[in-house]
Formats: sequence, C-alpha cells, structure tokens
Amino acid sequence: MRLAGLLLLVAGWAIVLAAFLMLGATAARAVFVAAGVAIEMLGLGLLARSHVSVREAKR
Amino acid sequence: MIPSAPAPSEAGTALVLACLLLIPLAIAGIALVNTGLGRSRSASHAMLASLCAVSVAAAAYFVCGFAIQGFAGGPAHTIAAAGKQWNWIAAQPLFLRGLPLDGSPACLIVWLELLSVALAAVIPLGSGLDRWRLGAMSASTALLAGLVYPLFAHWVWGGGWLAQIGFVDAAGGAPVQAVGGLSALAIAWILGPRRGKYASDGGLPAAIPGHNAVLVLFACFLVWTGWLGLNCAGAMLFGGAPVGALVRVGLNTTLSAAMGGLAAAAITRVRFGRPDASLCANGWIGGLAASSAGCLFFAPAAAALVGLMAGALVVFTVEWLDIYGEIDDPSGSVSVHAIGGIWGVLALGFFARAGSAVQPLAQIAGVATLLGFVLPLIYGVNWVLDRLSPQRVASEGERLGLDLHELGAGAYPEFVIHREDFLQR
Repeated sequence: MRLAGLLLLVAGWAIVLAAFLMLGATAARAVFVAAGVAIEMLGLGLLARSHVSVREAKR
Repeated sequence: MIPSAPAPSEAGTALVLACLLLIPLAIAGIALVNTGLGRSRSASHAMLASLCAVSVAAAAYFVCGFAIQGFAGGPAHTIAAAGKQWNWIAAQPLFLRGLPLDGSPACLIVWLELLSVALAAVIPLGSGLDRWRLGAMSASTALLAGLVYPLFAHWVWGGGWLAQIGFVDAAGGAPVQAVGGLSALAIAWILGPRRGKYASDGGLPAAIPGHNAVLVLFACFLVWTGWLGLNCAGAMLFGGAPVGALVRVGLNTTLSAAMGGLAAAAITRVRFGRPDASLCANGWIGGLAASSAGCLFFAPAAAALVGLMAGALVVFTVEWLDIYGEIDDPSGSVSVHAIGGIWGVLALGFFARAGSAVQPLAQIAGVATLLGFVLPLIYGVNWVLDRLSPQRVASEGERLGLDLHELGAGAYPEFVIHREDFLQR
C-alpha cells in the first residue's frame, strides 16, 4: 500500500507535467492538472493509510 | 555570473543586508517553539539538534546545494521537450567557487538561500521531537539541504521549469515552508509516534503537552521579527520589489500572522472553552508561513484573509492529523509549515493583485510538484537512511529522555521532574 501510494503521487505529478508540456489550451490543461492532483490526493491518502495500518496490525 | 534580475540600488542593497540579519531570529524562534513543545527531558537535545541542523544545512548547501540551485540567469542544464528548452538544474561550481562576494545580487541570493535552507532544516525537528537520533537527523538534514531543497528552489527561483510556466513565490512559501513541512511529515511517518501516544485499544491519542508555553509564545515574537526580514529580502531579491514596496510586505506579513493567531484563539475558545496557547502559537506561525509566497502581491485585506484561513486550517489539521492520521507531530510542523505554506502558494493564484488568468494553474502545478516529487523524494531518502541506520532512538533512550541518553546531562539538572526517575533508583 505504501509503494502504491508513492507511485500514485509520482504518477499524478507526471500527468500535471504532461499537461503543461503537451496541451496548449488552458481548459484542457486545467482538466489534466485537476486529474493529476486528484490522483496525488489518492496517493497521499494511501500513503497515510499505510502507516496507520502498520500500527493497527501491531496492536 | 550576474543574474538577470535588476541589481538593487546601494540603498536597496543595504536594506537587503539589514533584512538578512533578521532572519536568524526566525530560525531561533522555530528552534524555541520546537523545544518548548517537546518534553523537558529532551529540551537540551532539541536545541542542540537545531544548532546541528543549521550547521549541517549550511555545510551541505556550501558544498553542493548552491551548485544545484544557482540563480536566475546563471548557467544551467536544460532539456528540450515540446519544442522548448526546460531548465531543470543549475550548473554552478561546487564550494561556491567563482562567486563574486561584492554585494552583487548573486552573493546576496546565496546568503539569503543559506539562511532559508537553515530555516527549512529546523522545521522537521518539530515532528521528530523526543525520538529522533542526532546523527540520523544530521544525515537527513544533509540530504535535505544538499539535494532536495536546492533542486526545488532552482525550479522556483533559479529560472527553472516552474518559473518558466509562471509559478511565483516571493519569499519561500513553497521552497522553504512546504519543503520543510513535507520533510516533517516524512520524518513523522518514518519515526512513528512517541511511546504512549496511541493506546493499544485504538482509543483517542494521549495528549502530551509541551513543557514550556512561555518559551513557545516568546518565540512567536522572534519568528515574526525574523519573518519580516525573510519576506522583505525575498521580495526584493526574488520578486524584484523596489524599496517602497517593502511597506506592503511588512504590513501583509504582520496582518497575516495576527489574523492566524486570532483565528486559532477564537476557534480553540469556542471548541475547548478557552484559548489553547500552543495552538495559538501554531496559528500565528501558520499565518506567517502562509504570508511568504504572496506577501508582495496581496492587498492587505487579502493578506488578512489568507492569515485567517491559515490559522483555522492549522487548528483543524493539527487535531485531524493527530487523531485520524495517527501522525505524532509534537510541534505541529506539518500543519503549520506544509499546510500553511501550501495554502499561501495556492492563495497567491487566486488573491494576487493583477494576477493573470493562468496564475492559479501555475500555482497548482507547483503544489502538485511538492506532493508528487518532493514528498516521495524526501520520504525515499529518509527511508533508505532508516534502513542503513535506524533514525529512531532505542525505547530505553526515549524513556530516559534524549538529554540523558544522547548528551549525558539534562537541560534542567536542578529539578527532578519525572516520577520514573525516582522509581528507577
């Protein structure tokens, strides 16, 4: 789960980068940036959850 | 060697130098906040750790940090993509070789950056209080100051690709506050919570109050003074602000801090029946962190609103991270610096005077870079360090306190203040 979280964070950033590199129109770029940030939020949530899960397993 | 930004006048240079001399007060203030919010049996260790962090950060930045960061208009490596050259890392010599130390913008930037990286380096100490080994902390700081911070700061201030897409940050909301705060988050995750913080039955976490509220609240004044210097120097060197614009910077910085502190006081008064001293201090500093990015670009009313929101965000996220995220962050570094800094960066996109329509998108891209590049990089290097040599002190050391365990003497030797000390003898 931790690795998946980290990978999602990087993947979200890659989408944001791609939006700036490959898209010219502001609207299309905004949609891609929003999608990238949403994926990053998912990754952040997974990463946070992975640390809570480890402690829950130890209890 | 001369950066593309216009050189400040002689009076401007003198003013920048005066502002730079104030910045160590911000570092001292953060160190005192961290110490005051930790346990008394680790107080001396917390202050020494701050001193070590500043020393290691300065050394790492001197050796290779500036070579990676550089400055706008300086030599840099680029990558060609989509028909454009993207600047991604500076190409300065190591050890500051060839830098003219003559009051030029380049050397003023180096000094500001040296102080900024020291400030960023003391931020993670707050989340690792009472359990982070001194040696491990030094290694982590070296990587932060020698690699992570300079690379991101180059992208923002060195003419890097973030600056090329229009990302703006006048005084370090992203490179200093958010990078330091995200580093604090990675450290809190890797170290895990202090012993006794979370019960084995999964109930509410134990409140472990700081040992000296006076130290924490006094530090707020120091931090404020240092921040005025930081924001003014950043606005002049990175924002190209004329001397007259510093009135706006000072006003906005103060208003943001004041509203952050007030918001925290009001919210804790309503929620808990009385204002909480440590959360008020956190709200105050959160307001300052949020002011950094846009201090030059906000109208005073916008700065007040940004500070108000930062104070509220800090109070709610401290509690949320503690209870639901199970992140033991004794001094609230993650909420204050990461969330406060990121909020300030985003707010610049929406509240800046005369901002362009694409400014919010550029600011969001900067935040996405913090979350998608800086956080995984910091987490990864600290995870590797932890595998090579555990970052967390042994449980016996945590019980004794880091003062006795790592330094051999307590900060307050004339007072016996721990019951378990009696029980052991």
